[in-house]
Amino acid sequence: MINIKRAISVWLRNFTVYKKLYKSSMVLNFVEPALYLIAFGIGLSAYLKEINGIPYIKFIAPGIVASSSAFAATYECTYGTYVRMHYQKTFDAILATPVGLNDLIAGEILWGATKSLIYGTIIISVISMAGLVDSWSILLSIPFVFISGILFSEISVITAALVPGIDSFNYFYTLFMTPLFLFSGIFFPLDGLPEIVKDLAFFNPLYHMVEIVRTFSSGKTGFSLSHIIWLIVACLFLIRLPFNLMRRRIIK
Amino acid sequence: MEIVVAESLVKEYDSFRAVDGIDFNINRAECFGFLGPNGAGKTTVMRLIHCFMPPTSGILKVFGLDVRQYPSEIKARIGVMPQENNLDPDLSVMENLIVYARYFGIKKKEAIKRAEGLLDFVGLYDRVGTNVEELSGGMKRRLVLARALLNEPELLILDEPTTGLDPLSRRQVWEMIRAEQTKGRTLILTTHYMEEAQLLCSRVTIMDSGRIAATGSPEELMNEYGGSLEDVYLKLTGKRLVEATGEAIREGEGGL
Repeated sequence: MINIKRAISVWLRNFTVYKKLYKSSMVLNFVEPALYLIAFGIGLSAYLKEINGIPYIKFIAPGIVASSSAFAATYECTYGTYVRMHYQKTFDAILATPVGLNDLIAGEILWGATKSLIYGTIIISVISMAGLVDSWSILLSIPFVFISGILFSEISVITAALVPGIDSFNYFYTLFMTPLFLFSGIFFPLDGLPEIVKDLAFFNPLYHMVEIVRTFSSGKTGFSLSHIIWLIVACLFLIRLPFNLMRRRIIK
Repeated sequence: MEIVVAESLVKEYDSFRAVDGIDFNINRAECFGFLGPNGAGKTTVMRLIHCFMPPTSGILKVFGLDVRQYPSEIKARIGVMPQENNLDPDLSVMENLIVYARYFGIKKKEAIKRAEGLLDFVGLYDRVGTNVEELSGGMKRRLVLARALLNEPELLILDEPTTGLDPLSRRQVWEMIRAEQTKGRTLILTTHYMEEAQLLCSRVTIMDSGRIAATGSPEELMNEYGGSLEDVYLKLTGKRLVEATGEAIREGEGGL
């Protein structure tokens, strides 16, 4: 059982803190996507004019929306959640009120998805203004930025519930997030890769998200539906785990 | 009327029995103290009462409600001052209280009104906008007390309210706790300071290794076992409380 009002009170706690601190963190969060666009989009464009008839910088721009929003949710629900749970004892304070553990975890996941939404939306605006988007239909990817945010928040809370200490997130990022990022089709189409990599990409949530944003960005329709279904099914498939694992970790 | 009833209450962590089959009743408007060294199981009992975790076995009812079935209903009527100051370090004094009030479903306007009254009560009214990280240890403690009172609780749980405080700050917190007592609130207090127990508690229970060694008013216990409350404790547990409080004394915080 989740009490929505109480979950929102947890969401509002995180939002209140974010409102105070965003000025210092916001800029930094855009340095990375900007660097990718500049380094690869402009740097590599000198050698690689286009992919599938699309100028290279335009090819990667939608992928940066997908990856930056996913990483925003992931940072929030790994390091952020862990600090609130373990170091600040914020969870202990919250659990002494009528808010229950399920409400708390729901609030954390909703907040992670909100971070994804914030960053995704802003990067969409930036690449649109930079002329890297062909169609207004890119706006249709905004709800999916949120759904992908839920999925990555779920994965992250699961990780936060399992790690023995905060340093263990290094393994998560190096062995899980970085491969997802590199083999998601952001920088090169996966068509040319061996079959096994293509098969593995089916299990990569970021790959599906990249395809969704890229399709909406180009204005074409057609292939997105299967990717959309994949994302939603994955969200539902995992939904119980963050709650159960956190219960096991926090309430002994 | 009994606010808390525990019968054969047990809490196990893995194979370790932190609470080993204890019985107690806490009456309305009394201040009930749990006395014992670190690791005696006091905090575990507090956490069971405010429904942080369910008991392994036995009965535990708060306001007549089973802690396993009605945690949110019970928690709505309890205020908790935890051992650690788990304030939000990124937020100001007032923001901490508003955010916390929201967990109880208290609207912002009402929250501000209550927060102002409580900050006045704990002597932090001129600090509303201060970031909590800039507060002294004693001020943080008083803010945590104010936070515990936001929902106007019928039962106030104070888990080592003055541990780590200097004598002056300790006295300030004591005065505030006594003021809450006179308002008719039920108080549960854990401490390893005899002075604190004697000053505030109408009844105390002495805990050792998850069990209750004795329960009664400080006077009753002293008459029955002879000597000071400190002596009673030594007789019942074979331990000196000074060992438990040694840490505080070493840190030059006064202690007893």
